[in-house]
Amino acid sequence: MFSRDRWQEIFQTISKNRLRTFLSGFTVALGIFIFTVLFGMGNGLKNTFNEFFMDDATNTFFIFPGRTSMPYKGFKKDRQIEFRNDDLEDIKKDFALYLDHITPRISKSALARYKGESNTYTTRAVAPSHQIMEKTIIMKGRYINEKDIKDQAKNIVIGRLVEIDLFGRSENALGKFLEVGGVIYKVVGVFQDDGGDNEERYIYMPYTTRQLLDKGTDKIDQIILTYKTDIGYAGAMAFDTSLFKYLKEKHKVAPQDQNGIYLRNTADIVKRNMMFANVLQWVVIFVGIGTLIAGVIGISNIMVFVVKERTKELGIRKALGATPASVIGLVLQESIFITTIAGYIGLVLGVGILSIMGNSFKEDYFITNPQVGMDVVITATLILILFGVIAGYVPARRAARVKPIVALRDE
Amino acid sequence: MIEIKDLHKSYRMGSNSLHVLKGLNLSIKEGELVAIMGSSGSGKSTLLNILGMLDEADSGAYNLDGVPIKNLNETKAAKYRNKFLGFIFQSFNLINYKSAVENVALPLYYQKVNRKERQEKAMKYLEKVGLKEWADHLPSELSGGQKQRVAIARAMAAEPKVLLADELTGALDSKTSYEIMDLIQEINDGGKTILIVTHEPDIANMCKRIVHLKDGVIVEDTFVEQVRALEYVQ
Repeated sequence: MFSRDRWQEIFQTISKNRLRTFLSGFTVALGIFIFTVLFGMGNGLKNTFNEFFMDDATNTFFIFPGRTSMPYKGFKKDRQIEFRNDDLEDIKKDFALYLDHITPRISKSALARYKGESNTYTTRAVAPSHQIMEKTIIMKGRYINEKDIKDQAKNIVIGRLVEIDLFGRSENALGKFLEVGGVIYKVVGVFQDDGGDNEERYIYMPYTTRQLLDKGTDKIDQIILTYKTDIGYAGAMAFDTSLFKYLKEKHKVAPQDQNGIYLRNTADIVKRNMMFANVLQWVVIFVGIGTLIAGVIGISNIMVFVVKERTKELGIRKALGATPASVIGLVLQESIFITTIAGYIGLVLGVGILSIMGNSFKEDYFITNPQVGMDVVITATLILILFGVIAGYVPARRAARVKPIVALRDE
Repeated sequence: MIEIKDLHKSYRMGSNSLHVLKGLNLSIKEGELVAIMGSSGSGKSTLLNILGMLDEADSGAYNLDGVPIKNLNETKAAKYRNKFLGFIFQSFNLINYKSAVENVALPLYYQKVNRKERQEKAMKYLEKVGLKEWADHLPSELSGGQKQRVAIARAMAAEPKVLLADELTGALDSKTSYEIMDLIQEINDGGKTILIVTHEPDIANMCKRIVHLKDGVIVEDTFVEQVRALEYVQ
């Protein structure tokens, strides 16, 4: 099957029948090219989705205080619930088994000023473990640390875009003093965040500093905590229920009250997002399969046409002593050869286009880093080759069976 | 060389059965040049197909060079065709994208002769038919007579026992026909057994023996005085 003579025969057929070679090659190359590009763009959409929604830690509870909607234990309804520092301590103490990290967050909008530049940003007063939950990446300097919390230090960590806005691209903000909401802070770190531009316009400060400036209060806006991932989804739901109950009891909120305290468990959100991501994945797969089917139909048509066109030639070869096996082999080996080469060309072009696209469609079309796994494309090419073989085999076998005298009959 | 006894062949056409060959007996010795004549429908093409192993008889015996030809599968038929028979067709049937020498070398490819030897042999036979200078030309660049010469060289290249020609001059003018017949006679003079199916009496008279078929039986089988085609050439 792989003799040098056979290959010479095939190369001659290919080079002397350019149009035919081009047609079948073009079909396959186009099929693989479109498959690669569409599949890659589908993956790009998925990447964007993951980047937007899968950025933050996924084992997180957000707890907000609210206003009660029922009277309970002698308290009237419409009472504003407030969290305090001791809530943090109590949760740490009583839920040590589940708890991984915990941080308060006090958000406040403030005007930041450096020399002539000023802008309004959201400040977030937090504890050091907030970094883990937001997956904040420190570019230079450091994050808020325990010493800042203890000393109620006027140190802040600013987002990459805050630095660019206020300090320009050339100046380094690290160690400079920035006026935020009328108070002077020292910039101890600059961070970036994969969650998009908005996440890079925050200013982080120690929560104790914020409380000191708010006249020594110990109020906190919300509590964010992460649980140990080894407790699993069921463990997370159980933790959710018992923590919710514990906090309601502590703050004297009626057990049935929906509004006194809010607890948002990302385990649920993650589950929902995963489902959406799966739908996206299916859309991508569907598009891929559709393209492949179109390619398969294309190559099948071409193969039928090719064998039809060669009927006479194959008849001559048979009259000269070609066995049916060698006739079929000749047709199939040629088609496999063309399909493989053309598939490779389509693949290279497709991957080329995807890498040229890169992230340039991110802003307008939400396509991030469009790429296709080599395994996927190679499988697709193999499928096309396989169907090319099947599509060629059926007519080739028929041609091999036709009596030479019939094939040679003058039209 | 060719021995057929009581050969029968019928074709089924719907519910009717068409009896084409009705018990043919024919013996052809080595070195004969035989013309098979008959009007259309007389069964001459069917006979040629059976002799060429392109079709199989219903009953009767067929021996080719002492080998009984029966119960052939496609692969075996292909091998026998390659070894025993050379075909020459009315419409030449050259492969249009192969040059003259490549066409001639093709049966040798199926005999698994190596490339160098194929090339040498093909050139040798092209020279024999007087087309050495045209070796690298495509069929489309050759005249009808030249094409048929290439086809004859191709049929000879495999060094078969028998050449089977089906209306080999049917597509040629009479001058070229005689040139071709001159070549055929020359090859026959070299000792090759040749069978020609034709309906042209002048072509048949250039053979050594004429077999007349009518309605599936041999009505006449005569040895004739061969007319040399060379007389008509020039």
